Amino acid sequence: MHGKALPYLLLMPATLFLCVFFLYPFALVAFEAFTRDGGFTLDNFRTMTGNWKFPVAFWNTILLAAIVVPIQLVMALLMATVVSRLETGRGAALYIFAIPLGISDLAAGLIWLAIFDQSGFLNTLLSNLGLVDRPVMFLGYQSKLTIFVAVVLAEIWRATAIMMVILVAGIGLIPREYHEAAEVFGASPWKRFVKITLPLLRPSLQTAIILRVILAFEVFAVVAALGGTNFPVLMGETYNWQFSLQDRNVAAAFALLILAISVGLTLFFLRVLRVPKEARI
Amino acid sequence: MAEIAIKQVAKRFGGFTALHSIDLTIADQEFMVLLGASGCGKTTLLRIVAGLETPSQGEVWIGGRRVDHLPPRDRGIAMVFQNYAVFPHLTVFENIAFGLRMKKLPQQEVERRVTRTAELMHIEQLLKRYSGQLSGGQRQRVAVARALAMEPDVILMDEPLSNLDALLRLEMRAELKGVLAASKTTTIYVTHDQVEAMSLADRIAVMHQGRIVQAASPVEVYRNPAARFVGSFIGNPPMNCIPATKTGNGSWTVAGLTLPGPKSDKHRIEFAIRPEDVDAGDEGLHATVRVVEPLGPHTLVTCDVEGGLFRAILESSAAIAVGDHLRLAPKADRIRWFDPETTNAL
Amino acid sequence: MSAVAEMPIAAPAARKAGNWLLVATVILLSVWVLLPIYLLMVNALSSPEEVTAFPKRFFPSFDFGSLSFFINFAGVGRALWNSVLVATLTMILSIGFGAPAGYALSRFDFPGKGTFRFLVLMTRAFPLPLLALPLAVMFIRTGLDDTAIGLALVHTTLALPFAVLITFSLFSGIPVELEEAAWTLGCTRLQAFRKVILPLALPGIAASAVFAFTISWNEVFAAAVLTIENRTLTAFLLQSLGESPLYLKFAGGAALVIPALIFIFAVRKYLFAMWGIANR
Ligand SMILES: Nc1ncnc2c1ncn2[C@@H]1O[C@H](COP(=O)(O)OP(=O)(O)OP(=O)(O)O)[C@@H](O)[C@H]1O
Ligand SMILES: [Mg+2]
Repeated sequence: MHGKALPYLLLMPATLFLCVFFLYPFALVAFEAFTRDGGFTLDNFRTMTGNWKFPVAFWNTILLAAIVVPIQLVMALLMATVVSRLETGRGAALYIFAIPLGISDLAAGLIWLAIFDQSGFLNTLLSNLGLVDRPVMFLGYQSKLTIFVAVVLAEIWRATAIMMVILVAGIGLIPREYHEAAEVFGASPWKRFVKITLPLLRPSLQTAIILRVILAFEVFAVVAALGGTNFPVLMGETYNWQFSLQDRNVAAAFALLILAISVGLTLFFLRVLRVPKEARI
Repeated sequence: MAEIAIKQVAKRFGGFTALHSIDLTIADQEFMVLLGASGCGKTTLLRIVAGLETPSQGEVWIGGRRVDHLPPRDRGIAMVFQNYAVFPHLTVFENIAFGLRMKKLPQQEVERRVTRTAELMHIEQLLKRYSGQLSGGQRQRVAVARALAMEPDVILMDEPLSNLDALLRLEMRAELKGVLAASKTTTIYVTHDQVEAMSLADRIAVMHQGRIVQAASPVEVYRNPAARFVGSFIGNPPMNCIPATKTGNGSWTVAGLTLPGPKSDKHRIEFAIRPEDVDAGDEGLHATVRVVEPLGPHTLVTCDVEGGLFRAILESSAAIAVGDHLRLAPKADRIRWFDPETTNAL
Repeated sequence: MSAVAEMPIAAPAARKAGNWLLVATVILLSVWVLLPIYLLMVNALSSPEEVTAFPKRFFPSFDFGSLSFFINFAGVGRALWNSVLVATLTMILSIGFGAPAGYALSRFDFPGKGTFRFLVLMTRAFPLPLLALPLAVMFIRTGLDDTAIGLALVHTTLALPFAVLITFSLFSGIPVELEEAAWTLGCTRLQAFRKVILPLALPGIAASAVFAFTISWNEVFAAAVLTIENRTLTAFLLQSLGESPLYLKFAGGAALVIPALIFIFAVRKYLFAMWGIANR
């Protein structure tokens, strides 16, 4: 109302902040990735891809995302539907399911380390059941597969909550009448889920998937806690180049790659799961 | 003394014109009702007077002071909102005291005014409650009390009764009328309910598509609609409007009846009359009965006449059946004529 | 007719079976979430010898050896303090910048609004911890390297978009009429905000502040990149992963997890409001 400048005044701090600490650094990353000693070059990318660990890290990351995200989607949907059907204890169930949302990925890695470590609970269980007589080395450098399984489990455990919360919020936006109408027309619960909930949930599914996929490419601390250097991933390599190898430019090249994958996948899912404006609730 | 003058006020939202150059003067202590269909701009006009919306053009004067550049708090107004806007985090007492505390009145005076207005609105026993513990009707009373406690020059109300059930609305309507008359404030009251408008108003301003079509006393608006819209919007059933054909200078034929009327160079104009202003007899409009609806004291008869439908409210003693041919004689002093192009009264 | 007659018999039975399945699923999923945390706690509440022993017990011995070792370990106290400091700064910055923006988005229509929303939503498509890399250089130049405020600035880029969107939905949930009523009752914009909007929005704002705190408290990558001397707890734990004994790791894990449990409990009512808006 009085004073058209007020909204701009209110937005200014946040905008300036995002410009300085979000847009500008990304320009800087791109710049660093393409320069070395002041000149334009693609060397950083050649160094990156030329390193023997690169393909391993690359495929590990992709494989991890490809396996973890679909499983999480199903689990999150399960959690969300189960929660929205509960009549008593709903709040408690929601809180429990949401707990991992607040837990650091490093802590999640440590939690699963307590299970998979050589002196951990899994070995204890197996030996109590008489399945092994000596503790198994699950996370050693020769046991890539079990490291992978442990990381997958830890990631599923940690980051399903975020999808669940988005989906629960989305289900809450779907008016009950649609379900009731479908029920009156004789649709079974499964049919109702497939024909009503899922299509109407598409915007939330889109958000959940995008957010989760991006997070999947940022996987770092879980892997660091469980696999150490035995299981390279992109983000871990970025960290390595920045610190152990002290080469900022190659680290920037890694960052740019992760960025490109993230943005590319975001655009992909925006397009594939597009909801026409007219078809929204 | 708080006369309100609205001078050539217009409001545009982007490309859409919500108000076209409104001129309206409301006398001191007058109860003015803005009446019109949904979306005609009533709320917009009220909010411009309140200072919650800036006019695209024009001036607003309150009590001889130009106020359109002033924020709401400096206009000497109080407002009652459609959803009451009772502050949920404050008790009823603090809600009513809110404006008084902003004025930094001494505690004693605050208490005196709160108690007085609470008594006036019959909510003394609710003062310690929170909004969440009140019914819709009680919340409404709090909102009115909060406005009255300010002892404003002007009270603005936007459909204050529309969220209440029918019985409560009736009760509150009478109460509001009494309270506001006693408070001697100038009032602008927005509603789309014509009965409410009729019963409350000193004057009604009928709005249509961003314009004021007529501003006059309830009886005048009912009896002498300034345009076809007013006639059809006010009154239930609405005013009958059927074509009249020229048969001579100042003489017109309407549904088989020739009547004296205005002198006009038009060939066709519109004849209008309220349903209760006709009598069944030997002379009159030729009508064929289509539907008969007994309403108790009267019977509503819908007929076919030349050029359209015609509703008449007749004595319930008259035995009328579907298919009957009637002659409906209009009361001469109740006949109105409209220009078919401008729809204004002739 | 027959279908109608059968319904009352068939439905309760089916419903009952469905209910059991529902309850079983909820219990199973809860165990899946809670059991790993429980196991970490068992470790944290056992003596160092018990932690490294094999086979283990599935119940804690409530020996505080691991925890006291952790607390007294060189650098831990400092790291904890740094974590709290950085998280507090992040909380202040993100609410301080985010809440006004959320308010503006909820109350005004103005050119550029769409662009701003896009900027905020765009942050979602970017792996933000990577920002730490270029900022490391920038911070060295400006003297912000290895400081709590420097890291808090990076964490604020993570938390700010949430703060904006959460406060936006909060303010949008408060009817404009309440504010307008306050104006007509003699308030200036600022007074109306302070006396009417703020009291109503405060619990939600507090929740989003806690959320910002949690984001910073949990962040690992940027913290590890940007701090050397002034490491936060996550950075400290990450960098000592290689050499530190198991019981230190688990005690550290517990130190990270317990505040997180409390934070999530504190904001549980708002979690869904926070994410519901992610759909728009
Ligand atoms: N902020 C706005 N932006 C765009 N158009 C608006 C805005 N406010 C009102 N309008 C339009 O202006 C016209 C008048 O609105 P207004 O709210 O004054 O109607 P009203 O007479 O109060 O209707 P109702 O009886 O439904 O409350 C409507 O067509 C409405 O769509
Ligand atoms: Mg209105």
